[in-house]
Amino acid sequence: MADSPIAVEQHNPALKHHFATMEQQREASSLGMWLFLATEIMFFGGMFCAYLIYRYWYFPDFAAASSSLDITLGTVNTAVLICSSLTVVMAVRAAQLDRRKQQVIYLALTLVLGLAFLGIKAIEWTSKFKEHHVPGATFNFEASLPGHPEQPVDQHHAQLFFSLYFAMTGMHALHMIIGVGIFSYLLYHAWKGAYTSEYHTPLENSGLYWHFVDIVWIYLFPLLYLIDRKK
Amino acid sequence: MATAAITAERENYLNQEYGIKSWLLTVDHKRIALLYLLSITFFFFIGGFFALLIRLELLTPVGDLVQADTYNKLFTMHGQIMVFFFLIPSIPAVLGNFLIPLMIGAKDLAFPRINLLSWYLYIIAGALMLHCMLTGGVDTGWTFYTPFSTAFSNTKVIEAGLAIFISGFSSILTGLNFVVTIHRMRAPGMTWDRLPLFVWAHYATSIIQLLGTPVIAVTLVLVVLERALHLGIFDPTRGGDPLLFQHLFWFYSHPAVYIMILPSMGVVTEIIPCFSRKRIFGYKFVALSSISIAVFGFLVWAHHMFVAGISLYAALIFSALSYLVAVPSAIKVFNWTATMYKGSITFSTPMLYAFGFIGLFLMGGLTGLFLACLGIDVHVTDTYFVVAHFHYIMVGGAVMGYLGGMHFWWPKISGRMYPESLGRLAAVIVFLGFNLTFFPQFILGYLGMPRRYWQYPPEFQVLNVLSTAGSTILAVGYVLPMVYFLWSMRYGKAAPDNPWNASGLEWMTTSPPPTYNFDTPPVVDWEAYDYEHIPAPQEARSGG
Repeated sequence: MADSPIAVEQHNPALKHHFATMEQQREASSLGMWLFLATEIMFFGGMFCAYLIYRYWYFPDFAAASSSLDITLGTVNTAVLICSSLTVVMAVRAAQLDRRKQQVIYLALTLVLGLAFLGIKAIEWTSKFKEHHVPGATFNFEASLPGHPEQPVDQHHAQLFFSLYFAMTGMHALHMIIGVGIFSYLLYHAWKGAYTSEYHTPLENSGLYWHFVDIVWIYLFPLLYLIDRKK
Repeated sequence: MATAAITAERENYLNQEYGIKSWLLTVDHKRIALLYLLSITFFFFIGGFFALLIRLELLTPVGDLVQADTYNKLFTMHGQIMVFFFLIPSIPAVLGNFLIPLMIGAKDLAFPRINLLSWYLYIIAGALMLHCMLTGGVDTGWTFYTPFSTAFSNTKVIEAGLAIFISGFSSILTGLNFVVTIHRMRAPGMTWDRLPLFVWAHYATSIIQLLGTPVIAVTLVLVVLERALHLGIFDPTRGGDPLLFQHLFWFYSHPAVYIMILPSMGVVTEIIPCFSRKRIFGYKFVALSSISIAVFGFLVWAHHMFVAGISLYAALIFSALSYLVAVPSAIKVFNWTATMYKGSITFSTPMLYAFGFIGLFLMGGLTGLFLACLGIDVHVTDTYFVVAHFHYIMVGGAVMGYLGGMHFWWPKISGRMYPESLGRLAAVIVFLGFNLTFFPQFILGYLGMPRRYWQYPPEFQVLNVLSTAGSTILAVGYVLPMVYFLWSMRYGKAAPDNPWNASGLEWMTTSPPPTYNFDTPPVVDWEAYDYEHIPAPQEARSGG
């Protein structure tokens, strides 16, 4: 009895009382995470829907407003996030191979990259504040429509673009901040040796979350920064 | 079957631990269900109190009890409390929470701590809502329509919006927990076609909670950002579109009606075979009709906007799709009726509620078809006809099912029997009070009385007096079960494990169940609703 595989598994301290096996527990957590990501798609979906409608209605104004975003910083941030997804994968791999030190290094790198993204985002937002591109009473956006230098941009429609820009990147940044919190927690526990080849579900699921937030940015970047960049 | 004396002494989830901490930090799904029961009952009576004030004001044609501003706040907060803090969590968070693990033979939900978290989120949201109400309230209507809510209302829209945003998370987490539990925690032999239909109904409900709630969450975030930080996404003066708000709002809020009604249908589907002593008619059709209601439910939202300025072609398509929802709904009603046909029916309390449910849901559903018809909808939009229609679904349907379920499973939850004759009396009072309250509103609406006004032309007074009279009767019908449920916890007869000789797994453990639900993990080797092979109960039926 004691040496049957199921009995051995039940001795794993990470197995919660209401699950029969580690396998069942892992599958439940994983399904839970995927479902949560489905709710996240719907959450961001509401804003993407608003974006698509207004972009369709007010395309020239959106193109002009989009061109005022800092494409260099945006591109750098995209690269930073893609790299951070890579380090997450490497951290999970390190856990699967029981390499604790590597795990800790990759998690720390993920955190650094995540914070770098937020820092760059903060710089971008600050410059938008200084330029009065934030919606509200002091909003002011001087530009002409792309291809029509004599025709100025509709201030109201440009404001709509920046409303969407701040709402979408703001919600994305909020998810990044939560992600940084989660990965700090993971880093601490990985350092303590909590995640092994037998049990690393939290690492895997947080990784899924991180990749999701990354993918949202992969969509945000072209939609917000690259509307009309052809030279 | 255990005798009463043994049942009282057995260790169960109620007597295993005592003290406030053992409740507030519990991860047992049964205890969390009771925490929900207490909190939603609290909010039900607050929402009911607002409803009574509304009915009292409408007793006379002139505005005498409250002013117009106060009246606006009353119906707004009645709606918000009842929808988000009572109806949405009612059956899922109380009965679903308690029963799903028992029905599928699991020790708990898949994520017990997330289950507790969702209760705490609900409480935080509820506290915020209470604070909002006590410090001024909201007057936008429960629908938060822009641009009134974003630019003009000078009430506490931000606070109410955030409260509902947080309660949405609670709802999402409950749905997520249920879906994972139903997929991953079923006992050996509990295949998908042996699942109780109550579980199928909750599966469909959870899908709506998962896919719909995030949309209203982001919509409310955008409303809050528009008020607080002057973003302009729904602001018509900046080219924003208030109709977009309505689309996003109803994308959740129409399916939300199915969050309320599907669990109730699940309850009724458990009660009817049990008190007809017959297998459910057309198991697969009932199961799949729950799923198709959930799917169709996502495709009909714009029927709330027929007069709001959507294109005629869009309106035609949404009208046709709305008719389609009637198909799975009718399948359910026909299957319940066919189940009862030639069954040996007993008129016990849960069954009376099930009868009430079928009748009132039928009325609500059929008047829904009136409203799906473009021509009639233009005539009755924003009148009491609409108010009556959705109360037949949400109160006549959802609350009848909730009360029926509370009676059906009360012996399992509390380990005590409620007084049967009082139970039947309350069921009849609720049915009569409900119809007296809301049937006159169909007529009022058809005659042209608009909703959301604190005064009305004098010729409408007789019907309004009838409605107000009915609401006091309804209130008695709601208070009565609360009183005798509390009474039964101390003085009620001890409940046997299976007082109705019902077929589900939840009846095969003790009443109340032990903390881990089953003393030995169950293995299922029989079909669902196997009433041909279960004898009818002899003695426990007429206890009271």
